[in-house]
Amino acid sequence: MTTPPPWAAEGGQQTHAIAKNDDVVRARQLARTLAQESKLSLVDQTKFITAASELARNTMVYGGGGELRAGLVRRNGRLGVAAVFDDTGPGIADVDLAMTDGWTSGLGLGLGLSGARRLVDEFLLDTEPGRGTTVTIIKWAR
Amino acid sequence: MSERVPVLRIGDILLVSIQVDLEDQTVMNLQEDLAEQIVSRSARGVVIDITAVEIVDSFVGRMLATIASISRLLDAETVVVGMRPAVAITLVELGLSLGGVRTALDLEKGLALLRRSVSRTDRR
Repeated sequence: MTTPPPWAAEGGQQTHAIAKNDDVVRARQLARTLAQESKLSLVDQTKFITAASELARNTMVYGGGGELRAGLVRRNGRLGVAAVFDDTGPGIADVDLAMTDGWTSGLGLGLGLSGARRLVDEFLLDTEPGRGTTVTIIKWAR
Repeated sequence: MSERVPVLRIGDILLVSIQVDLEDQTVMNLQEDLAEQIVSRSARGVVIDITAVEIVDSFVGRMLATIASISRLLDAETVVVGMRPAVAITLVELGLSLGGVRTALDLEKGLALLRRSVSRTDRR
């Protein structure tokens, strides 16, 4: 089990189901609201929301749906925003391969996971074939 | 039922201005609508205005590249206008440089670009 993000006391976390197409839009909106609250720069907000959008789509398309937990985080006095994407889908058998630019098991571009990792400060992938996949991302305010 | 993005016509150019947070299905519909309307309205150019778009992820980025390819096959040119600086930075970092897509900073420059290239093809 991966360590949970250092959730900040203020704000609390929000949980959203990712089951339908418009849930990806909702996940994006939640990521936007939180990124603004955490005082990220505009470029960093855009990067975080884009990463969340990629991962929300992955959760739906590859994970068969799941859940998003998101909220503000704090570590050593620094404020940031975190999102945890959780599914109970097939899991990823070869993590190195899945993290390769351009590799896809479906019809995508193969940039979802590898691209999302480049856009955030912290990226944690916890997966096991048959158990599902959990991806945690954090972006810290500078 | 997912929404559809309106396609406007100015002369032989089709104009699409994306104003909402796009659902994946809406993106797919737009691709088909544009392909059909390029042919039915004999359009020579397509302008996609993304001034209001806050994020372009790999799905939407691929849509822009696909529309550019489809319209090329249908003898029309596509220009994407109004990309925000933060969106450009994020797209490149994501790994999507949209090599085959022509861009212009705003609608006026995009229309001028299309007019130039359409009149060039007509002279041939």
